[in-house]
Amino acid sequence: MKKFLNKHSVPILLFPYAVLFILFIIIPTIAAIGLSFTDFNTIQMPNFVGLKNYISLFTNDSVFMQKVLPNTIVYAIFTGIGGYVLSFILAWMLAQMTRPVRTVLTIIIYAPSMTGGVMLSTIWTVIFNGDKSGYLNALMLKLGLIDQPVAWAQSDKYLLSIMIIVTLWSSMGIGFLAMLSGITNGNTELYEAGYIDGIKNRFQEIIYITIPLAKPQMLFGAIMAIVNTFQAGGVGTALSGSNPTPNYAGQLIGTHIEDYGFLRYEMGYSAAISVVMLIFVYAMSEGAKKLFSSDD
Amino acid sequence: MSRKKKTALRSGGINPDHFNKSQFKFLLILAPICFVMALPLVFIFFNAFKPIDELFAYPPRFYVKNPTWENFSDLFAMASDTDVPAVRYLFNSIVSTAAVVILTVVISVCTGYVLSKKNFRAKKLLFTINTLGMMFASAAVAIPRYFVIVYTGLQDNFFANIIPLLVAPTGVFLIKQNIDQMPDALIEAAVIDGASDYKIISKIVFPLVSPAVATVAITTFQMAWGATEASTLYIDSEALKTFPFYINSLTGSAGGIAGVGMAAAATLILFLPNLIIFIIMQSRVMNTMMHSGIK
Repeated sequence: MKKFLNKHSVPILLFPYAVLFILFIIIPTIAAIGLSFTDFNTIQMPNFVGLKNYISLFTNDSVFMQKVLPNTIVYAIFTGIGGYVLSFILAWMLAQMTRPVRTVLTIIIYAPSMTGGVMLSTIWTVIFNGDKSGYLNALMLKLGLIDQPVAWAQSDKYLLSIMIIVTLWSSMGIGFLAMLSGITNGNTELYEAGYIDGIKNRFQEIIYITIPLAKPQMLFGAIMAIVNTFQAGGVGTALSGSNPTPNYAGQLIGTHIEDYGFLRYEMGYSAAISVVMLIFVYAMSEGAKKLFSSDD
Repeated sequence: MSRKKKTALRSGGINPDHFNKSQFKFLLILAPICFVMALPLVFIFFNAFKPIDELFAYPPRFYVKNPTWENFSDLFAMASDTDVPAVRYLFNSIVSTAAVVILTVVISVCTGYVLSKKNFRAKKLLFTINTLGMMFASAAVAIPRYFVIVYTGLQDNFFANIIPLLVAPTGVFLIKQNIDQMPDALIEAAVIDGASDYKIISKIVFPLVSPAVATVAITTFQMAWGATEASTLYIDSEALKTFPFYINSLTGSAGGIAGVGMAAAATLILFLPNLIIFIIMQSRVMNTMMHSGIK
């Protein structure tokens, strides 16, 4: 028995993770691809319908084309790219601090990222509460900027902006820590050598030394940012308290999937949206890889 | 120590040893940002201790005047609509989170060790697949995942709180990258001494990559401690659901006016363990993230 265990240690050690990976990542992905070519509605047996779901997604689904896709793009640009640039700048500035100061500030900046999901909505509804006891309403009433309390999170005018603010606030997570670590642990001698070689200012220093040195960590950070952006679809539902969000103002591709899958039971159609989303995430991650690939 | 001596005079640039007025301009930008970042958390902290008249006072007061434990006692006194006490949800959360953290760490170290130090044909391919797994957005395939849960008999089962959370491609990645830093000679020596892979993992790898283990444990804890997916989608029995789900029901329709204070108290209960663990472990996390690079 012991001999057997030792001889086959590689498959035995890999087994638990492999089973879980297949069950919860590979099978769902294949199933989503398969279902996306059917009209499955959980009651009748699924029929093969070819590309019908994809065609109606891009030609018939006015909510998808007019609300979900533009919302997702705006949201991804601000929280994904914006959040990423912001976390790089913050990490770079933190790296200029002495260790004790840096540690304290890092904990404060990282803390909001630990409040995902449920906590996010309790915290922010206090601020964006629709009656006059909400902090934002009270402050703006006092300053005379508004005459009546505004239902911020339920308003189709403000919801997307609020979602972006909340997501940015909570997005300085593990990717941010990776970049901070990558920059802080850069070889200080390289910086000295850079100045001897004619680097004139801090901006050139970032472009020619910091970024090339921290590239691998920056790629890790970029992939985390991309996945989190698409994963965080629920924030609109959590803040406004409804799916679909008011007038589809905060509808993202993730919430659209839930809307069709769990509320309307149009599983085939929902699966087609899932496949489109996975392709988005994959394409963007590959793009990030190209951008940050280091050849050493 | 020698590095410290060599750079003792450095007070500017990356990772300085001393404070210097050149750092002041960055502090001037960072301080207000940190203030804004911390503000919502301070709000919720004060709210958790506010008595009901202060919660709905107009104009709302930022700080709490007469702090009270009322919200916490209300939270634990109130049973949900189905007579399941709050403590039960909290207990479920503690048990499932502990199980998820321990199992994820063990599975990730075993997998990371094989992918780093063993030689076999599909090694590179498996690591590439795992890196692809990091780009996987599980929210996209919530529905097929639901069917997997049904077919594996996890529906309405306490283990639904645990098993789907054990797949952690990022954890495997971080641990593998950190095991890569270990010299091969260390393992070769152990092999010559007749140690099996299991012994190598428990006696050599585990202690040496403990910062990475701590990092994976923290991120897994954060994810599992706040997870509501299983309680919302996979579990019907109220007695098997978790604490974050319970909070969700407080802030929703059932909570009403009294719900605001209780939700703040519950959020604080959820948030504080995260914060405390991170503060204790932060230096190990930073060491691990040094090797997080993807090349």
